[in-house]
Amino acid sequence: MQHNLAKPAIHAAALAFGLALAPASLPAQGFAGLGTDAEGFAIPQRGTALQFPADHGPHPEYRIEWWYLTATLSDADGQDYGVQWTLFRSALAPQEDEGWDSPQVWMGHAGLTTAEQHFSAERFARGGIGQAGVTADPFVAHIDDWHMTSHAEEGADALDHLQVHARGGDFSYDLEFIAEGPLVPQGDAGYSVKSPQGQASYYYSQPFYTVSGTLDLPDGPVKVTGQGWLDREWSSQPLAEDQAGWDWVSLSFDDGHRMMGFQLRGTEVFTAGTWITPDGTPTPLPDGAVQFTPLHHTRIDGRDVPTHWRIEWAEQDLSIETEPLNPNAWMDLSISYWEGPLRFDGSHSGRGYLEMTGY
Amino acid sequence: MTALILDTITKSFPSAEGPVRVLDGLSLQIAPGSAHALTGDSGSGKSTLLHIAAGLEPAQSGRVLVAGTDLSAQDDAGRAALRRGSLGLIFQQFNLIPSLSVAANLAFQARLAGRHDAAFTDHLADRLGLADLRARYPEQLSGGQQQRVAIGRCLAARPALVLADEPTGNLDEGTGDTVLDLMLELTAEAGAALLLVTHSPRLAARCDHRHHLRAGRLEGGA
Amino acid sequence: MTRIALTALMSHWVRNWLQLAMLLAGLALATALWSGVQALNSEARSAYATAESLLAEGTAERLDHPSGQIAQDRYITLRRAGWQVSPVVEGRHTLGSARVTLVGIEPLTAPQGAGPALAAQDLNAFFAGRAFAHPQTITEIGAHDLDLHPSDAVPVGTVLLDIGRAQEMLDTEALSYLHLLQTQPAGMRPLDTLAPDLRRVPAGEGAELGGLTDSFHLNLTAFGLLAFAVGLFIVHSSVGLAFEQRRAMFRTLRALGLPLRTLTACLAAEMLVFALIAGVVGLVLGHLLASFLMPDVALTLRGLYGAPVPGVLQFNPIWAASGLAMTLGGAALAGAQALWRLWHLPILAPAQPRAWARASARGMRLQGGVALALAVLAIALTLGGDGLLTGFGLLAAALLAAALAVPLVLAALLRLAQRGARGPVAEWFWADSRQNMPRLSLALMALMLALAANIGVGTMVASFRATFIDWLDLRLAAELNVMPASAQEAAALHPYLSDRADAVLPMMRVDATLKGQPGQIYAMKDHASFRDNWPLIDPVPDAWDRLAAGEGVLVNEQLYRRAGLQSGADTLDLPGVGALPVLGAYADYGNPLAQAVLTLPQFQAAYPDAPVRQFAIRTSDAAGLTASLQEEFGLSSAQITDQAHARDLSMSIFERTFVITRALNVLTLSVAALALFAALVTLAGMRLAQLAPLWALGLTARRLAGLELARALVLGALTMVLALPVGLMLAQVLLSVINVQAFGWRLPLQVFPADWARLALWAMLAVLAAASLPALQLARQGPADLLRVFSRDR
Repeated sequence: MQHNLAKPAIHAAALAFGLALAPASLPAQGFAGLGTDAEGFAIPQRGTALQFPADHGPHPEYRIEWWYLTATLSDADGQDYGVQWTLFRSALAPQEDEGWDSPQVWMGHAGLTTAEQHFSAERFARGGIGQAGVTADPFVAHIDDWHMTSHAEEGADALDHLQVHARGGDFSYDLEFIAEGPLVPQGDAGYSVKSPQGQASYYYSQPFYTVSGTLDLPDGPVKVTGQGWLDREWSSQPLAEDQAGWDWVSLSFDDGHRMMGFQLRGTEVFTAGTWITPDGTPTPLPDGAVQFTPLHHTRIDGRDVPTHWRIEWAEQDLSIETEPLNPNAWMDLSISYWEGPLRFDGSHSGRGYLEMTGY
Repeated sequence: MTALILDTITKSFPSAEGPVRVLDGLSLQIAPGSAHALTGDSGSGKSTLLHIAAGLEPAQSGRVLVAGTDLSAQDDAGRAALRRGSLGLIFQQFNLIPSLSVAANLAFQARLAGRHDAAFTDHLADRLGLADLRARYPEQLSGGQQQRVAIGRCLAARPALVLADEPTGNLDEGTGDTVLDLMLELTAEAGAALLLVTHSPRLAARCDHRHHLRAGRLEGGA
Repeated sequence: MTRIALTALMSHWVRNWLQLAMLLAGLALATALWSGVQALNSEARSAYATAESLLAEGTAERLDHPSGQIAQDRYITLRRAGWQVSPVVEGRHTLGSARVTLVGIEPLTAPQGAGPALAAQDLNAFFAGRAFAHPQTITEIGAHDLDLHPSDAVPVGTVLLDIGRAQEMLDTEALSYLHLLQTQPAGMRPLDTLAPDLRRVPAGEGAELGGLTDSFHLNLTAFGLLAFAVGLFIVHSSVGLAFEQRRAMFRTLRALGLPLRTLTACLAAEMLVFALIAGVVGLVLGHLLASFLMPDVALTLRGLYGAPVPGVLQFNPIWAASGLAMTLGGAALAGAQALWRLWHLPILAPAQPRAWARASARGMRLQGGVALALAVLAIALTLGGDGLLTGFGLLAAALLAAALAVPLVLAALLRLAQRGARGPVAEWFWADSRQNMPRLSLALMALMLALAANIGVGTMVASFRATFIDWLDLRLAAELNVMPASAQEAAALHPYLSDRADAVLPMMRVDATLKGQPGQIYAMKDHASFRDNWPLIDPVPDAWDRLAAGEGVLVNEQLYRRAGLQSGADTLDLPGVGALPVLGAYADYGNPLAQAVLTLPQFQAAYPDAPVRQFAIRTSDAAGLTASLQEEFGLSSAQITDQAHARDLSMSIFERTFVITRALNVLTLSVAALALFAALVTLAGMRLAQLAPLWALGLTARRLAGLELARALVLGALTMVLALPVGLMLAQVLLSVINVQAFGWRLPLQVFPADWARLALWAMLAVLAAASLPALQLARQGPADLLRVFSRDR
């Protein structure tokens, strides 16, 4: 596995992010410390309408936030690829200040998966000094030279057309994302519940991107095309204390439907999902509607990671089995997890992205 | 002038059973030019008597006169001066000064006494058979040769009295006899008195006067 | 059998306990001095390592700007171009009652190091202002209002904190430099085009403390080694004498059937036990010694090199182990000869007290040969050598040659004296001194070395001091020095001062690499203060006028000598200016860095961003100006230094610099005195047989004791006389070779006969002290003891 060069003081950076490094050893804290209490920070409220373009920008009064892009790609020879570009924001205090006084800390993750290799890189930055940040209008999200910049036309949503760039020690990519459908609110009009106790986040997606661009790999540049999916989520306490991690998928069906589903692994498993029609109409799937069954585990760095799944939605007779492009798609960074592209078959077929944390 | 007068000398040494009186009111007179032998058993006090005569050790009572000078009236420096000027001492061993050559050793005491006579010293060296050894150092000499140097050094200073403590004790019989002959002959020639301490009656017999030390007093002789 | 043999062997030491005490003391002292010096060295080195690993473990490169400042947006620009760099802010700041270096880091982007690791303990608190400092620094700071936590990972005199807090406290918005992380992504715009004005400082440079302080530590090590060698002299002479004295016992033991192998093993075991005992004692003493000297060493290193060394010593087991190994090795060396002789001793060898002396006469010839060879080597090194190690090699060869020659020269002198002697006692006195030379020669060699080192180092220090005082008086021509806290304050102060002072000489500098050495470029305003007070070395004609006209540079002596520059012939490349002719050199004592001076207008044209660090002010009313500056600008007293204070400060740093040297000097001399004492005490027992005949012949014991004392004094005095030229040679080498190599300046040799007289007095006192106990014993010797000589078989 190839990954980042130029490693900074990783432990410092990870801690800065307010996230626990070893979630498995700290089950009570939940994965990456997301279960800590929300004192002083704003709490998502059901019934709050999302506001665009303002909500494309950062919400410093919330503890944690991300801009999360994934893409399933193929080159002219039919080789599959997966790309991830994520900017995390973590607040040490619920405000934004000037210069070095800013309590906002930024972390960038970039991943690139081929059938044989998985590349990853990360960046850290303090807020307030211009090294990293997000502006809603015009929309730019960046950390160092990594960026996600809007090229949307006047009047269109800022996220409709994005240029995306990231670079690691031995890979980089430049991709163009063009949305073929509308933004989709997740959960209850963007209010996404994460546990039976009611932990929740604001969550919306843009699942309808077509993608084109160039991947720079050690063997040279590769022209690729494919589909992309953007998740936007912010919260202050998205996980319950007993929740150790999650398994999350975004699926693009061959027939144009999209589906998001996740299970949060706690004392009880909590599931949720959204069924999205090709025109962007979402149907929230309540706890228990979707079922995740691991079929096959892969041994990665001493961990057993369930890289093959059966996902079922009994109500719609949906039953699919997923197959990762590369079962070793481990993001071996300061905060580590599995993230990679997949294909699925069964009652339906298509491509998607799988993220698994807390292993 | 009498060379040595010992007048009722007493000397005792401490021991586990109280003081042991080694010399008990002993008296002795030695005329100039006469040769006296002192014999006695081991531990009888022969050497102590000699040391007292040389001023090397004080007596507890009694008087010691060397060439007319009362030793008991002298301080350490005075006794040392007397040793330099009037006495000649010859021991069984360690007589010589190791850092000086034979020639320097021979002349040493005479020069200390301030009456160095090079011709006389050379004469003595010839007589003692040391003429060819003058440039040597003591450790390069045999025991007999060393003792001859000691005799030569002693006589070169023209002492009134020669005190010799077992001078041939370290030598084999033949060598010892030769050395003793030379000593007696040259002492007589120089007109010095001699007190020879020895355990050997054979050697004592070669002196004019013989004394035997027993129980702190002298027997015989005169 | 072994036990019985050991008992017999040990019985010697019971009877000669003083000799045993000397043996143990010698070994313990040798170990103490050596290990003490090593403890100082290793403590300082570990402090450098701490300093270097605070911000970046390994070899992170730096990007810096000649002005010493980088605007913060340059950092953002580089990051946004993909370069993995991390900002650092450094500056001097008064905190509580201490002047400290604030080091502000950005822990999220910093390369791995002790500093970021500290920050990571609680980043929230770190961002909010938590700071870290060495416990000693916290003590020095005293009262403060920081969230200050102790940590040994922070160098002394440094306070580590978040970059934002550091900028606030230093009142700056700029960065000092950027760490360039070791591994970088590919495909970015090159730094040459992105930031052509930033200098990429190779790894290691900038963290050159180790290199700069090497000479200091080499100095200490040389002293430690010298002391160790002197200590070994003691051991060697004690062991040698014990062997001589026990020769008869060895014979008897072997005649009684003890195998040679067992006997040798017993002797080796005896030596081992002594070495272990003495070694442990020595380590304890060494640690005490080092703890005692550590504050001065720390001050020296801080004053001379700015090296952050704590004044407190930590115990280090590796140091202890190596110290003990050195003791065992030294004991083995000192005892090897005795064992070798035992091995070759014929079972029925007669007792030959003079045989040893005669053998030593052969040894003397050999020794003379070795001395000659070493002298030739020293001359060769003088002619052909270069470099610090060669310098020390030259010193070692010359000193050893001189030391080995000591017994030969003394013997010759004594022979001469003997020839001229009148009277039997005088003759005996010289002859006897000569005969005992072999037994005293080691101690006398040690004494000569110690005295020569004392004279040499003393002359060097005094020469340096005299030169330094003259230089300092000229250098500190300005009545006042004012340090502006910021560029804004400097701008405000300049016109104010210009109106009120006779002259205002702004001091500006930028960091630069000069002839491949870390250095600085200074601006100099053309003024009589400089023309009159800076004597130049090798100046070209009209050097000052040409400097004022911008036709060249002046360089400091360090740079001039290290780079082998020649005024008028060579040029110096200055970043941003180009090559300029070298017009001359100036003395710049106490500064480890290379330096070049440009005239002020030329400097400002080349480095417009360089801030004014200091104003040197010529005024006739220093007190009045100080008062008005404090009143009108609210300058703290720390920002204004008057002439007298600056002079005191410099002098105290100077004096501190040589405290450690002086202390080691005194200790070495003490050890040498002890060596002499050991030799005389052990000799005293054997002397009785030599002295008794004289006593019997009419010399009083008191007189003999007086002669013994006189002998020691005469030998000591002769050794002192011999040490004088050797010491001056040493001083000359120190001044013209070692100093040039280590510091970069050459100093004129000045002689201080009063110092020699004082040293001679001390040396004679030391000799007197060493000789008086054996002499006193002799004077008090009763007739019985002396008489026993004549009746005791050896």
